[in-house]
Amino acid sequence: MTATTHTTLLSEAGHAVERHWRELAGRRRLYTIGGLLFLMLAMGGSLWFANESNAGKFFDRLPYFFDFVGQLVPRDGWEIWRALFDLPSPYDDGSLKYNYPAGRIYLTETLYLPEYFYKMLETINIALVATLIGFGCGFVLCFLAASNITTRRWLRFFVRRFMEILRAFPEIVIAGFFLAVLTIGAVPAIIAVSIHTIGALGKMFFEVVENADMKAEEGLRAAGANWVERVWFSIVPQVMPNFLSYALLRLEINVRASTIIGAVGGGGIGEALRLSISRTHEAKTLAIILLLFCTIVAVDQLSAWLRARIVGKQAFEFGRGA
Amino acid sequence: MTEAEETALIARHTAVFERPLLERIRAGLIFAGVSLYLVFAWWLFGIGQVLSDGRWDIAGAYLADWVSYEVRPDVDFQGEALEVSFPRFSPLGENPDPDWLVTQKAMVESRAETQADVAGAAGGSTSDAGFLGALSAEPAPAPAGDAGFLGSLSGSAASSSSTGTAEPAATAPARSEAVVAADISFGGDTSVSIVPGLVTVTHAGETLLLDIVEDKSVTARGDLPEWASQRAPGAKVIARFGFAGRAEIEDDEVKLRRRFLGWENFVFDTRSPFWGLPASQVIGLIVWGERIQPERSNFALAFENVWNNADWQHGDVWTKLLQTIVMAFAGTVLASMLAFPLAFAAARNITPNRFVNQLMKRFFDFLRSVDMLIWALFFTRAFGPGPLAGISAIFFTDTGTFGKLYGEALENIDDKQREGVRSVGAAPASVQRFGVVPQVLPVFLSQSLYFWESNTRSATIIGAVGAGGIGLKLWEAMRTNQDWENVAYMVILILIVVFVFDAISSALRHRLIGMR
Repeated sequence: MTATTHTTLLSEAGHAVERHWRELAGRRRLYTIGGLLFLMLAMGGSLWFANESNAGKFFDRLPYFFDFVGQLVPRDGWEIWRALFDLPSPYDDGSLKYNYPAGRIYLTETLYLPEYFYKMLETINIALVATLIGFGCGFVLCFLAASNITTRRWLRFFVRRFMEILRAFPEIVIAGFFLAVLTIGAVPAIIAVSIHTIGALGKMFFEVVENADMKAEEGLRAAGANWVERVWFSIVPQVMPNFLSYALLRLEINVRASTIIGAVGGGGIGEALRLSISRTHEAKTLAIILLLFCTIVAVDQLSAWLRARIVGKQAFEFGRGA
Repeated sequence: MTEAEETALIARHTAVFERPLLERIRAGLIFAGVSLYLVFAWWLFGIGQVLSDGRWDIAGAYLADWVSYEVRPDVDFQGEALEVSFPRFSPLGENPDPDWLVTQKAMVESRAETQADVAGAAGGSTSDAGFLGALSAEPAPAPAGDAGFLGSLSGSAASSSSTGTAEPAATAPARSEAVVAADISFGGDTSVSIVPGLVTVTHAGETLLLDIVEDKSVTARGDLPEWASQRAPGAKVIARFGFAGRAEIEDDEVKLRRRFLGWENFVFDTRSPFWGLPASQVIGLIVWGERIQPERSNFALAFENVWNNADWQHGDVWTKLLQTIVMAFAGTVLASMLAFPLAFAAARNITPNRFVNQLMKRFFDFLRSVDMLIWALFFTRAFGPGPLAGISAIFFTDTGTFGKLYGEALENIDDKQREGVRSVGAAPASVQRFGVVPQVLPVFLSQSLYFWESNTRSATIIGAVGAGGIGLKLWEAMRTNQDWENVAYMVILILIVVFVFDAISSALRHRLIGMR
């Protein structure tokens, strides 16, 4: 098909349409190619820069990569289970590497909790407390940020910016600051994760509130209800299922976050993992990874099941606001 | 409303007025459960204990460090004289002479020389005689307040503790000019004035006089005001002036901490030739000034000085920030590129092979559930600290995430377009290209953009465990507990980056999928 056939086949108006379409398609192709070129350039530059500024160069290190994987293989498969359940190891030579029973947390005379299970529970509790605190504060703040509930523009503006800052403020700085003021341990991690959670949940909550049906609120307003009554009896029942499902999503994210914060001094399983990897205690490392993996899968499944029960088969925007 | 009407109403709406017991008390039960759990957590983590053991006084100082800096002169008592010294890396440069620290100079015998002279003079006669001779000629240059104590001290002998008043009546006077009084203003009505043997502190309308017996004791005249504290009689006195700073009065020196709002030497550090010059002069020098160093232009010199500023390390911070951005960007793009084809294999309506579907889905779950932290620690060991480890960690985690998300998006597509393309006899690849991709591409891109923005934040955190970038730098700055202003600087940069990327990503997303 050449331009000449068009001129013969199409009317004057059809010709104009055709020309316009070609123009649009050409421009679009140009944009696509330009965008892809830009992306490739940016990627090339990024990878080059990353490689240059890395301690080990990618191609230099690649042959040794599997050496490191090899370092993760324990002396025998049962070692992983012994490390996981704090059973005595036949290789025990008094070093930190094989002293599995030393970490036991005795609940009674004979019944004990293995060290890593205890630390995993600690991490989960950090996440749970942080999610609860975030839920409580986000719950209060979100109504002040929703344009259909709060009419004062300045208040809304202030609350929204406040939540944005809470959300964007690097968790690591909050954790680091409270690690300096308090002791090393779980409390700085709780504070850091909670602060982030308040911002993240608050943002999602107020978006839910803004989409709420206002008829019930109008009814209550007509009956003379005050602000708190209107919010509590008309908005909260509508939005509660969504709030809960977002909070459960957030709980999944927080379990991961508190693991990471743990690795930089917040206690819990993250710290144990960082230490055991850096000391090349392969059985302990694999035991922790296994435990962490199972826990995260379990938490994800539980939360997915609960969310499905609470809000039905609604599509979830997975990982929103991570 | 009559009673009958009310009863009728209640009878008609039993679902509202007579709810089951469980439903009525459910909210209360949940609330009680949560409260109980929080009490348990309080006990488990010992939160009360940790909070009460916290060093909250230090917290104030750390927070103040975010936006201010301290200058820390020390005033040493050296007998008749004072010696004002600044730490080696003072924010005021090599030879500080701030206008809030006023010194008075006078002719004083320097102590070391005097003692040498005394020893020399005593060589011929007995040391007692020499000492008594010195004592008799005593009271010349000492301030009035000191006379008594000097007398008593020399009376109790011990020539080693001589405060320089072994008056050289018989020996040659070795006089030199030295500081004899220092007045330090802390702004407002707060000031500290120091003369040998006496420190006067004025703050909040109260004046505190402290007598110093050198190397022995610090004694307050009268009671200590609220803002001053002393652990034990004779020990050092700490006077706190709130934000303005503090003074520690010890028996041999006065340590002053004067706090100023702002970030010191943010542009040029004290070694730079541009340091301390007003902005107009710096611009003048750069634009048409003489070359300070003949081998390069003033602009190159100024840039080099800013970039390598010793206190703020602008160059290093910006490079590390770029590393973090690159980590998030490259990791997200690579993950999107790998997840794109894999998601087609995972989607049950595109690849009608249950085994492959399940395999891909479990693979994605595995990548996602092995946490980003584990990947980061793992690759830090493999590649050494740096952005490569961060890129790999984000790449692995997000391949799983994107695979899951893309797969779900693919399973929810409208099948009509595919059928249409297939019905005209298109090849399988063309069916996907024209029947599927146009439907899902905006969704894919918007999800990738969303994660690009959130990965910028994650990259900061995994940086701190060794994956490089600004996270590690932040962590190092926080570990020292001294560079909180650098932490503030980096936090502001991170916040700006996150907000800018958030804006870019949501603008692009809105263009791709329309306003929600």
